[in-house]
Amino acid sequence: MGKTSTKGIWKVISASSMGTMIEWYDFYIFGSLAVVISTKFFPSDNPTAAFLSTLATFAAGFVVRPFGALFFGRLGDIIGRKYTFMATLLLMGGSTFLIGCIPSYETIGFLAPLLVLILRLLQGLALGGEYGGAATYVAEHAPVGQKGYWTSWIQTTATVGLFISLMVILATKSVLSSESFDSWGWRVPFWVSIVMVGISYLIRKNMDESPVFAKAKKEGTTSTNPLKESFGNRYNLKFVLLALFGATMGQGVVWYTGQFYAMSFMKTVMNIDSSQVDSLLGIALLLGTPFFIVFGWLSDKVGRKYIMMLGMLLAILFYRPIYKMMYNTTDVNYKTEIVDATTQSVEKLKNNDIITSISKTYTDGTTYVEKKTDFANKKKSQSSVIININSGDEWTLIFLVFIQVLFVTMVYGPIAAFLVEMFPTKIRYTSMSLPYHVGNGIFGGLLPAISTYFVTHAKAAGKSDFYLDGLWYPIIIASICFVIGMVYVDNKNKINHL
Amino acid sequence: MNKIKQALGVLWVILAIAATYFCVFEFGLPKLLSDQQDDLVFGIIILFILTPLIVLGLGTFGYFAVIGEYNNKKK
Repeated sequence: MGKTSTKGIWKVISASSMGTMIEWYDFYIFGSLAVVISTKFFPSDNPTAAFLSTLATFAAGFVVRPFGALFFGRLGDIIGRKYTFMATLLLMGGSTFLIGCIPSYETIGFLAPLLVLILRLLQGLALGGEYGGAATYVAEHAPVGQKGYWTSWIQTTATVGLFISLMVILATKSVLSSESFDSWGWRVPFWVSIVMVGISYLIRKNMDESPVFAKAKKEGTTSTNPLKESFGNRYNLKFVLLALFGATMGQGVVWYTGQFYAMSFMKTVMNIDSSQVDSLLGIALLLGTPFFIVFGWLSDKVGRKYIMMLGMLLAILFYRPIYKMMYNTTDVNYKTEIVDATTQSVEKLKNNDIITSISKTYTDGTTYVEKKTDFANKKKSQSSVIININSGDEWTLIFLVFIQVLFVTMVYGPIAAFLVEMFPTKIRYTSMSLPYHVGNGIFGGLLPAISTYFVTHAKAAGKSDFYLDGLWYPIIIASICFVIGMVYVDNKNKINHL
Repeated sequence: MNKIKQALGVLWVILAIAATYFCVFEFGLPKLLSDQQDDLVFGIIILFILTPLIVLGLGTFGYFAVIGEYNNKKK
């Protein structure tokens, strides 16, 4: 059902991708600035505020997104794709901008964390509605046999959104002093969003409705109750379940492992300096992003199934060796210390806390700084380690993260086309959005918490490679999804409704 | 292939039951009963979101597979 010229479809791609990318950007800056946000809105010594903080992180990421998928998916199948994903864009942009305007906890008390939580929930709702709309809108414009290629542009937006959020934060930090950034500069990335949303809104406003949906609307074949037809209809429900357990569940854990688990692993397990991690992750994402397009295009030639399944299989087989290699790059037990370069300093603060710093340098250029704070009044101490890696190790890690991003591009590049082809026009937005956001939001989003549980248990059991045990969660989920996908999903997609 | 699809359906149902036990007794309840705020939210999500999803979702998927809903001739 090809009906849009190449020039026309580029306009569709630009309008859709830019809006979706901005929504991901908005969603990620909250996570990337979580530390500074918690000091402004969620003081850790206040248990209620800390509880709201956890809710803001978990609820928006996991619970609310599937509800957004249902709410906006239903709207999109009734009133149309265009107006629905314009609404999600404005909701997301407005919420993000307002988070950047909320006075701190010190100024307005409990209202501050409460407002942040409400706006964060609205962000989750908007994100739940955006992706399905954009993917459906593009697929319904794309020529027959090229849906994988054209929808793969939408697939780049999540990674590009993460990349741009890291870059905007790094740029803001680089032009401001650390005091200014901590005081007010952290709000800038939130304010930047409203400009991008404004531009994207104007572009989307001038776009036409999807031709497939417009035709269905004209013929009176749209659904009056998309939720019932999607999930109350046994024939459709079995495909919703297949999409979830045979594709999006595995895709969600591969996606989160390759980007967020890798980032968290380098920062908290390997103790690499935060800015260094952001930079090397940014480079790996930049190098890996074009492969979303490559695998989307390839899926038009060889089918969606085998590319996605190969990505999952490679992830299952190589996650543990990759993370073992990553860990070894900063394992100082394998490095030679320059003994003469070691320094130690002790500083006594006004409140009688004592900070002891030990700085070590290794022959390969790695530096290791350990700080131990002995709190005078609490009679306890706290230690932290920051490692700055050398350029060679940096490129090794960029390569190892890039490999993981490649797995992500294999499972994620073709998935939008795979999902939209699975469901009929009249319930497509609803039917594809739910499995996508359950797979990503619930199965993917729970990865940090469940992996931490595995690591903690392995550490308590005294396992020497305890840091690898967190990978069992993505490996098990991806393995189940791989078997279901291989056995039940049809590569030729005989249920192609486009 | 249809026989394999149906036979594996039993596995998905068993897996749903096993995962439910794990989610409730190993993850959910211990977290819910812990004093930590983070654990409480995590426990609520495991018990009231993930567990029903696995029981109903994977269980139904397995049931559909067993009765041949995913067999090629029925598509």
